[in-house]
Amino acid sequence: MKIHIKNGRLIDPRNEIDAIKDVFIAAGKIVSVGVAPESFLANRVLDATGLVVCPGLIDLSARLREPGLEYKATLISEMAAAVAGGVTSLVCPPDTDPPLDEPGLVEMLKYRAKSLNQARVYPLGALTQKLAGTELTEMAELHAAGCIAFSHADAPLDDTLVMLRAMAYAATFGFTVWLRPQDAALSRNGVAHDGEVATRLGLPSIPSCAETIALSTILQLARETGAKVHICRLSSLEGIEMVRAAKQQGMAVSCDVGIHHAHLSEMDIGFFDSNCHLIPPLRNLRDRDAIRAALKDGTVDAICSDHAPVDDDAKILPFAESEAGATGLELLLPLTLKWAGEMGVPLNQAIKKITADPARILGVANGHLGMGQSADICIFDPEAYWKVEPKALKSQGKNTPFLGVELQGKVRYTLVDGHLVYEAAY
Amino acid sequence: MPNNPQLNKNGELQHLLTIEGLSAEMLRHILDTAEPFVSVAEREVKKVPLLRGKAIFNLFFEPSTRTRTTFEIAAKRLSADVINLNIGASSQSKGETLLDTVDNLAAMQADMFIVRHAQSGAAHLIASHVAPHIHVVNAGDGRHAHPTQGLLDMFTIRKFKKEFHNLRVAIVGDVMHSRVARSQIHALTTLGVPEVRVIAPKTLLPAGVEHLGVHVYNDMAKGLKDVDVVIMLRLQNERMRGAMLPSAQEYFKYYGLTADKLAHAKSDAIVMHPGPMNRGVEIDSSVADGKQSVILPQVTFGIAVRMAVMSILAGS
Amino acid sequence: MQLPDAEMLLQELAQQIRPHLTANSALVGIHTGGAWLAQRLHRQLGLEIPLGVLDITFYRDDFSKEGLHPVVKPSAIPFAVEGRDLILVDDVLYTGRTVRAAMNELFDYGRPGSIHLAVLVDRGGRELPISARYVGAALALVENQNIQLEQDGQGRLSLALSN
Repeated sequence: MKIHIKNGRLIDPRNEIDAIKDVFIAAGKIVSVGVAPESFLANRVLDATGLVVCPGLIDLSARLREPGLEYKATLISEMAAAVAGGVTSLVCPPDTDPPLDEPGLVEMLKYRAKSLNQARVYPLGALTQKLAGTELTEMAELHAAGCIAFSHADAPLDDTLVMLRAMAYAATFGFTVWLRPQDAALSRNGVAHDGEVATRLGLPSIPSCAETIALSTILQLARETGAKVHICRLSSLEGIEMVRAAKQQGMAVSCDVGIHHAHLSEMDIGFFDSNCHLIPPLRNLRDRDAIRAALKDGTVDAICSDHAPVDDDAKILPFAESEAGATGLELLLPLTLKWAGEMGVPLNQAIKKITADPARILGVANGHLGMGQSADICIFDPEAYWKVEPKALKSQGKNTPFLGVELQGKVRYTLVDGHLVYEAAY
Repeated sequence: MPNNPQLNKNGELQHLLTIEGLSAEMLRHILDTAEPFVSVAEREVKKVPLLRGKAIFNLFFEPSTRTRTTFEIAAKRLSADVINLNIGASSQSKGETLLDTVDNLAAMQADMFIVRHAQSGAAHLIASHVAPHIHVVNAGDGRHAHPTQGLLDMFTIRKFKKEFHNLRVAIVGDVMHSRVARSQIHALTTLGVPEVRVIAPKTLLPAGVEHLGVHVYNDMAKGLKDVDVVIMLRLQNERMRGAMLPSAQEYFKYYGLTADKLAHAKSDAIVMHPGPMNRGVEIDSSVADGKQSVILPQVTFGIAVRMAVMSILAGS
Repeated sequence: MQLPDAEMLLQELAQQIRPHLTANSALVGIHTGGAWLAQRLHRQLGLEIPLGVLDITFYRDDFSKEGLHPVVKPSAIPFAVEGRDLILVDDVLYTGRTVRAAMNELFDYGRPGSIHLAVLVDRGGRELPISARYVGAALALVENQNIQLEQDGQGRLSLALSN
């Protein structure tokens, strides 16, 4: 199918393009930027006047809830949510049920996802069997089955010897290890940041040192083993400073934050709003501001949605009993734009944080719109406002602290491999 | 932040969930309303017909005989019909959600729910969910709040000390896990007590407690010096098991209220305890039964204060 | 309209009540105006049994509509009600609901031998079968007019109208 994207503001951060340029697609690839190829007859012309044309978003964490957790959400609903949010590639953590510790499960997931012909799914393989933290998984086999890297999701990995060996084994094959720093004992039963708000509300809490102590362990073991490490979902000022120092020492480390943590703090819990029950917890304003600044200066490499659809029954509970998580695939773009607008970050830099930078972390070729690239494209209206309400979300998870809020930035078209997989109803 | 869920659109008290967010005026109104109910208790017929025909449901998800009984007595003295539900035993264990349980009971013509739950925020959740004509009283949610206890403690202080604006009040013990302490602190600071102190070992003080408006002490002699009101909190055995304290003996030696520690306070200081007491752990019997103790009046006042709260809510 | 002098009506009431007093008689005033009156009458009539006062807030029949009134004063009946000859005192008798509430409250203290009603002003407009044995003056008022008893700094009583 030949597609001509006309008159859009093309923002391709990696190739340093930010200009009104047409894009020409054929056989799923970008065949020309700016000038039409000879005798190009488009099957479809997309009028992108007033719209931004950018690489499809790459979300470093989105839970699809399959296999096993289909009552919360399904591949079908969440993949639809992804493309409605302009996300053309997403990374799925291994904490499905059963966890992604067997090649067969990974193959099935990839197959199912591919057959839906929507976004690309990059599964993370479980670092240990059953995510139990004791025995290694067949990482090489899992990689062959399609796992892009290995992670321990939110399951505790207490045994430092096991962590050391898992990293060393991964390093053998050059696999990256994704870890979220959280000391299990210090965070046991905690549901909110150990600070003023948790004290006032009487909520069991998790101190920042639960993150920094675990982070220190991860960084030192990474140095020891030479493993490439990606730190998931930083939440504290101190944690960010530790990563900054490690990078300055030349360590091969990258990190991300969840988009909600770039906007919200413990104050937003208000009267026990369980939509603000997140992992890691929303910390104080100082931490939030550090996250916002670290995204701007590049210490934090990428933003992800950390999409976690949760059914109503699991949210409409007393705060500490509610399930943690927020829906995010459809909010990643508008919330990134909101952060950028508030922080004075130019649009192309903002887009880089959800396209080229995640691509670099993943080590995949997409995330930019050079010649010959797969046509994974997001076309959005940066001015359009829309209200976050259940009927506006395609995800089965309606759990977001931004319910009722009007956000700016609406996806009009999404293409994956040159196919129009999403078109907004006007 | 959303509007105060405790007030209806006319600014009247619709639910009593926490002392936090209530004005000094509202707190004084409740205390003033409790006053005549004290004299009702001294009559032969201890009932008034105020809440006749109203159905008050005691929803105790966390067991408690004392608190439930005082609410029951208070409700009956208002001529209301009282239904007691020990939820732990029945539907919760069958997996019925909290709100389903509440919905079923509301369908039985409930006018008011008195709720005690092990989770902070449970009363707020229920209040945000029930129909507008149903009132919710928080009888204790997790570590968060126990507003009627806070109010009866204020009533007691006012009875014995007359004014708030010139007092030093010390709260001693497990502030970290105490909903009573949080409610007391909010009430004391709102009513204008100039110095509120907490005295405890560091393991029993929550992060940022000073932001609640209290002075922090780890030493009883310093903390009790020249204090007018001493409030002792109950220490639970779990604290020893959770590596927060080594033993009840060491706790009693350094933080238990004995006569010689009490001597650091003013000679006319009053001693309070929300109950039930652990004699020999947080308080010595000689002090608990001594002339400065107002622990028994607290209980009497508790019924009057709860009658006042229920009357004000039912009339809004 | 010209309002009668409350002090004179008070004297009138005292004269009406005096012949009917026994050793078993006790006065109970209804807050607030009735309590003022009862205090004055109690002194003037030289009663031995101490004065009782009632706040009828908890016995009102309009709780569901109006809610709890802001200021509730304690009721205090410092004598046994059982078998007593009570004279209930109020300032204005209108619908009769206040007196109904007061009687209900009195019966929660015990079973009186008798209750008779003394009012400074009877303005008619009864909605319940209540009548006063001792009346200072009967006044005709329109529906939206209110009459109340006031007391100045020196304790002097007077009547005032409001709309």
